[in-house]
Amino acid sequence: MALDKTIVARIATLARIKVPDRDLESLAGELTQIMTWIEQLNEVDVTDVEPMTSVVHQTMPMRADKVTDGGDRDAILKNAPQAARGFFAVPKVVE
Amino acid sequence: MSALTRLTLVEARDGLRARQFSARELTAAHLDAMAAARSLNAFVTETPEHALAQAAASDARLARGEGGALDGVPLAIKDLFCTKDILTTACSRILDGFIPPYESTVTAKLWDAGAVMLGKTSLDEFAMGSSNATSCYGPVENPWRRRGDNRPLVPGGSSGGSAAAVAARLALGATGTDTGGSIRQPASFCGVVGMKPTYGRCSRWGVIAFASSLDHPGPITRTVRDAALMLQTMAGHDPKDATSAPISVPDFAASLTGDIRGLRIGIPQEYRVDGMPHEIEALWRRGVEWIRDAGAEPVEISLPMTKYALATYYIIAPAEASSNLARYDGVRFGLRVPGDSLDAMYENTRAAGFGAEVKRRILIGTYVLSAGYYDAYYVRAQKIRTLIARDFQEAFTRCDAILTPTTPSPAFALGEKQDDPITMYLNDVFTVPADLAGLPAISVPAGLSDDGLPLGLHVIGRAFDEETMFRVAGAIESAAAFTAEPQR
Repeated sequence: MALDKTIVARIATLARIKVPDRDLESLAGELTQIMTWIEQLNEVDVTDVEPMTSVVHQTMPMRADKVTDGGDRDAILKNAPQAARGFFAVPKVVE
Repeated sequence: MSALTRLTLVEARDGLRARQFSARELTAAHLDAMAAARSLNAFVTETPEHALAQAAASDARLARGEGGALDGVPLAIKDLFCTKDILTTACSRILDGFIPPYESTVTAKLWDAGAVMLGKTSLDEFAMGSSNATSCYGPVENPWRRRGDNRPLVPGGSSGGSAAAVAARLALGATGTDTGGSIRQPASFCGVVGMKPTYGRCSRWGVIAFASSLDHPGPITRTVRDAALMLQTMAGHDPKDATSAPISVPDFAASLTGDIRGLRIGIPQEYRVDGMPHEIEALWRRGVEWIRDAGAEPVEISLPMTKYALATYYIIAPAEASSNLARYDGVRFGLRVPGDSLDAMYENTRAAGFGAEVKRRILIGTYVLSAGYYDAYYVRAQKIRTLIARDFQEAFTRCDAILTPTTPSPAFALGEKQDDPITMYLNDVFTVPADLAGLPAISVPAGLSDDGLPLGLHVIGRAFDEETMFRVAGAIESAAAFTAEPQR
């Protein structure tokens, strides 16, 4: 499967990674090479095979619905690149 | 070099308990060794004051006869494990300055057992790589050199800093994580023991996520017994990790009886890959002879899906990574690069913060999960993963453990094998299947290549049967009697 510049630009937008136009061509080449190598998986007959969703067979554990942790706002905000009045601060999103 | 850095982890523990030396002396000897070996670039953060304070507390406990299982034992921690109040970066610029307000479960268990932290070791950025070359702190050097060739070699990856530190005797043991081979491949390249337990045996809580269904924390040590001892403390059920196995942890060291008589050891024919160097083939043959001499029975087995394991991995791991790494957006921690809008800020931050290999994998993962491609790539890969696990289940009806080489080559020089991403990916051809199937596996140093570099043999066990895996690994370790040491 060949990935062209348009597809790479679309994926980069989905992934929220800015890719300069000048890099699209070489990136498309690298990704195409990887995806072409991956094409070998089409040889495998997967009829009636269940997709693996859990490596080790176990049922998801349940726990009581109660608060066991929290109240660490200030400790958490310490790592924020920008915080204001006890919140994470981001560029304005609503005019 | 101090005699104290030449001890095994078990010898050090026993010496501390017998008060032959203090935890402070043992820690200071390792801090000195670290300072003398900074050119290896194995550590990205050294924590000497923290280490000496922990060592002093250990000495007090040991004096009262209250020492824990690892009391006073100095360890190195891969910089993928969150350590409370100590810089944790995954060797990525995007986590620049991140000081976790919490401790990973595995490291918390180590400190509860009295272990001492020497510092945080380098890795490929977000554990994505096989050479430690993608760390934002620069490459790590393997303490080994080729005979008659002074070019620096890679330590393997992604746990390259941990493997180099243990090989150069800068730490008695180190933590690693293995997603496609990231403990076992660097252990093989550096001539040390590296093991990953069954998926679910060690909690992933507080370990920075790469591919959650594949990430396995485990120990890197100089002997099999040391690995058993370290895993003993690292393992155990953790309610904070929903995939952590709620089962008891056996006494791993007790399995090291040296007696493998009657065990059937599977030799998978599909691991004889085209172009395998003769020295790897010869090492594997020697391994088969060793286990036969020890009274075990080698049996030919077939794992027909092996050839598809790497390609399967390179869909599933990037898919999970693209999801896990979505959290790095410049809002809650790490790097932020401003932009005109929120989206522009996200895009600028992630463009500047992630390295080339990480971006490549996020883009592949985003692609295989995107509308119209999800079934063709991601679901198909998950189905093949089922078939790979089924291969092992069938093989284990005929054998008790599986023996293979760890890697298709010894350590290479920095810059070699970097013609294209796939050449680098092929390093993990023998290690990836056990990650996909979640099985315990260990690399044991077993011989030297023609140019004097260490080579590992690889034992894979049944799920939650680390004991048989350790038992076979111990027998190989005894037979190999690997005593060669790196030049630096």
